[in-house]
Amino acid sequence: MTGDLVVQFLAQGAQMTFVLLIAPLAVGIVRRVKARLMRRQGPPLLQAYFDLAKLLRKESVIAETASWLFRSAPYLIFALTWVAAALVPSFASGLMFNWAADVVALVALLGAARALLALAGMDVGTSFGGIGSSREMMIATLAEPAMMLIVLTLAIAAGTTRLAGVADFFIAEPFAVRVSLALSLIALIIVALAENARIPVDNPATHLELTMVHEAMVLEYSGRHLALIEAASHLKLVLYISLLICLFAPFGMAPANAGVAGWAIGLAAWSVKLLIGAALLGVWEISIAKMRVFRLPDFVGIAFVFGFLAILLAFLTRGVLA
Amino acid sequence: MNQAYEISHLLAGAMLVTSFALLYQERIAAVLNAFAAQSITLALAVAWAAWSDHRPDLFITALIALTLKGIIIPLALRRTVERLGIHREVEKVVGVGVALLVGLALTGLAQALVVKVASGTPSHAREALALALAIVLLGFLMMIVRRNAVTQIVGFMSMENGLILAATGARGMPLVVEVSVAFSVLIALFVFAVFVFRIRERFDTIDIEALDRMRGDRR
Amino acid sequence: MIHAYQLVVLVPYAAALILVAFPGYRVGAIGNVLASAVTFGAGLWLMVGDGQVGEYVIVDEFNIVFIAINTLVGFTTALFSASYIGHEIETGRLSPLYVRFYHAMFQAMMGSMNVALVANNIGVMWVGLELATLITVVMVGLYRTPQAIEAAWKYFILASVGISLAFFGTILIYLAGQPALGEGAPAMTWSLLQAAAAQMDPGILDLAFIFLLIGYGTKVGLAPLHAWLPDAHAEGPTPISAVLSGLLLNVALYALLRFKMLVAGQPQALDPGPIMIVMGLVSLIFAAFMLYQRRDIKRFFAYSSIEHMGLIVFAFGMGGPLANFAGLLHMAMHSLTKSGIFFAVGHIAQAKGTQRFAEITGLSVTHPRLAVAFALAVLAIAGLPPFGVFTSEFLILTTTFAREPWLALLPAFGLLVGFGALLMRLQGTIFGEPVGPAHRVDASSVPMVLHLLLVFAAGIFLPPALVAWFQRAAELLG
Repeated sequence: MTGDLVVQFLAQGAQMTFVLLIAPLAVGIVRRVKARLMRRQGPPLLQAYFDLAKLLRKESVIAETASWLFRSAPYLIFALTWVAAALVPSFASGLMFNWAADVVALVALLGAARALLALAGMDVGTSFGGIGSSREMMIATLAEPAMMLIVLTLAIAAGTTRLAGVADFFIAEPFAVRVSLALSLIALIIVALAENARIPVDNPATHLELTMVHEAMVLEYSGRHLALIEAASHLKLVLYISLLICLFAPFGMAPANAGVAGWAIGLAAWSVKLLIGAALLGVWEISIAKMRVFRLPDFVGIAFVFGFLAILLAFLTRGVLA
Repeated sequence: MNQAYEISHLLAGAMLVTSFALLYQERIAAVLNAFAAQSITLALAVAWAAWSDHRPDLFITALIALTLKGIIIPLALRRTVERLGIHREVEKVVGVGVALLVGLALTGLAQALVVKVASGTPSHAREALALALAIVLLGFLMMIVRRNAVTQIVGFMSMENGLILAATGARGMPLVVEVSVAFSVLIALFVFAVFVFRIRERFDTIDIEALDRMRGDRR
Repeated sequence: MIHAYQLVVLVPYAAALILVAFPGYRVGAIGNVLASAVTFGAGLWLMVGDGQVGEYVIVDEFNIVFIAINTLVGFTTALFSASYIGHEIETGRLSPLYVRFYHAMFQAMMGSMNVALVANNIGVMWVGLELATLITVVMVGLYRTPQAIEAAWKYFILASVGISLAFFGTILIYLAGQPALGEGAPAMTWSLLQAAAAQMDPGILDLAFIFLLIGYGTKVGLAPLHAWLPDAHAEGPTPISAVLSGLLLNVALYALLRFKMLVAGQPQALDPGPIMIVMGLVSLIFAAFMLYQRRDIKRFFAYSSIEHMGLIVFAFGMGGPLANFAGLLHMAMHSLTKSGIFFAVGHIAQAKGTQRFAEITGLSVTHPRLAVAFALAVLAIAGLPPFGVFTSEFLILTTTFAREPWLALLPAFGLLVGFGALLMRLQGTIFGEPVGPAHRVDASSVPMVLHLLLVFAAGIFLPPALVAWFQRAAELLG
């Protein structure tokens, strides 16, 4: 049993390391796809790694008005996000942390990270930070309830809020056509776009004061602090893509007691799906335009509407099944 | 769960989503697109019911929904909007957010009502009925919260879509009714079209707000 | 062998087809009158003939009442239109093409109403009522003035909503009847449905009745769903106002009552009575107060129609043979009187060239005979003896007093409020200094006089045969 535990521990450790390592690559792919579709050369695929390395070497400049919160926030944000990313079953569903991989816990971890970021944004007292924080919270007030509704819908369908359990359920019944699940997929995609500050909610590539949300909050950060926040946001992107994969395209995922070989297959399948997901995100971002900030509540509201509809229909279907 | 039911449920759910899309749109062209999508989904749903229930007469209803409401009417309305050069934006009584929230409440109401009241009916029919009622109520909402004449027409036809969905959900309902529904929709459109043009003739706008000033008592 | 019920439906439709083909509005007017006379004859034939219950057709004592009123008022209105609409061409409000169109539409509308009345299939009934409504929408917009278009638009929007909700209710009735009667046409046949009502799911019946009440109630003009009614009455041609008030509201009420009979057959379903009592009273009292603020004469009488429909719905809501009898009688009397009033209003509007109360004064000086007729008609609708409206209102109030004394105060109060408004307006129009123009009136006064005589006769003496017939119809209503 002890040996088993060690293997489990190693597997979980490998998953966390792998997620951390592949995250900048995923971001690189998104940027690359966008650039190519715009007929630009684009940065190298590994540019995100170079950026992180450069930032880690640079000196961190901190405003005079900044408090301890401003200095500690990046570490906390990074840690929270990393733990959250570790919770999502990626290549195998039976990993060590999976017993705790409750969707509610996931939402809570990400919510805490976001709250810290928003506080840090306001800490220095610049106007941009304030704007960014308030906009971020406006989006969050709609995205988080939507996320909870999606979670509840999945819980009704699969009978559990454990992500691994939900994934197992969908592996077992891959062709169940369910309106509520289709709706929650759309809703989850919208939430993912909003949470990751992607077009049309936010444009990660610009610093335009009229529209920026995420970038406005982190404007005051530099050096290793900025590197941590950047890494956290990369992790978050991978996390959400993994979540979508785990819930709606779980085929190929290794079951609970698969050996190293099973994990290897699962890892390959997951990596391919992740990279495809990143490429699709690039295509999506190039095809539509950024929305005006005032229109954002409507857009994120769709996620809420769909989540609500999904749960209504799920209740109704359950009434039918019962 | 059998597959026939799953698919009809999926299509009905898709229609409900397009109902929300109607409320969400800001431009008239987009509203017309959403309406066309809804009608085409309706045509698919009816065709599916015709095929799975072995009721070939329903194919006629599906065909009418597809050609008339899925293609001809949206195109005609788009041409009207372009030719008249009226406001391309949807004129709203309440904002998108409020409309969506009210729509959600209505959907919940429809589900609760049907599930509670019709507990004795077969579950499939009940579920189809709940979705159809939600679509009818959302069309109603659209007629209330959108001012422009074209959007009101679309709201009305969206209501009719819900009604046809309900009629096909009720197994074995005689054809007489379906044809008559299609027929009356035709008449309804005729009447609508006449009004759109007449209103244009008189006011250079098809915003109904302009009409409200003409109340007999306030002259 | 041709049946009377076939004639009642087919003659108007055939006439509509022929009339639309014939140029020349004079021919159209004559054709309209002739076709209406034949239809009226068929309606009379139906009265003496036996009842009929088929797959698609039902003729029983209950709907013969409606058909008789429908064909009679249809006939007199056609007579009135023939002279009235001719005048509209002379004043340039309508072109001859529109008049030809008008006569054809009038027949199509009558045919559709008769379809709704004789249909045994609830789907066909719905189609008939919907067609009749859509045709009246076009008629209301006939003058193409901004006001007419607004009225038609409002009417159309509200009527379509009503139509849709009523159709949803119809589907629900089908769903409720399906387990007992099987799939297909039987579950939409009213007579079979009523026979099987006790086996139907009470929950679905409840929901269905709510939808039907709102849907058809919109057309009956019950508050708060009445918003279309005053505009449609005020802006359409006057004969159409007469038909709307005298007939279309009745046909919608007929559909509602058929479904009330259905729901009453299932003891576990909700009791329609109290809902109808409340809606009736709200309409009655609301409309009575609204009468005081009207400045337009047709709008004024449109609100009076809401008031009386409220009273009728109240009577049917009370239920029981006596109240139903009173309700049916009041409906008949109101149809005759109100269409008579609209004929008179048509004359006044042509004489003074306006519909505004402020510009209609001193009729007794300029048009003495018209003034007398109008005064009598208004006194009749106000419920003064010896007119028939008095009889029916008296019956409604006394039966209510006998059963629910406190409840009876409310309709009595509403009627008194309405009475005051009627007298106030009557005095203003008949007496005082005449202002404005005083044209010669071309329209025929025969229909108006005929209606007044009928209402007067009914107030003096109701033939026992008629009373027995109405009683049987009232018993069918339960």
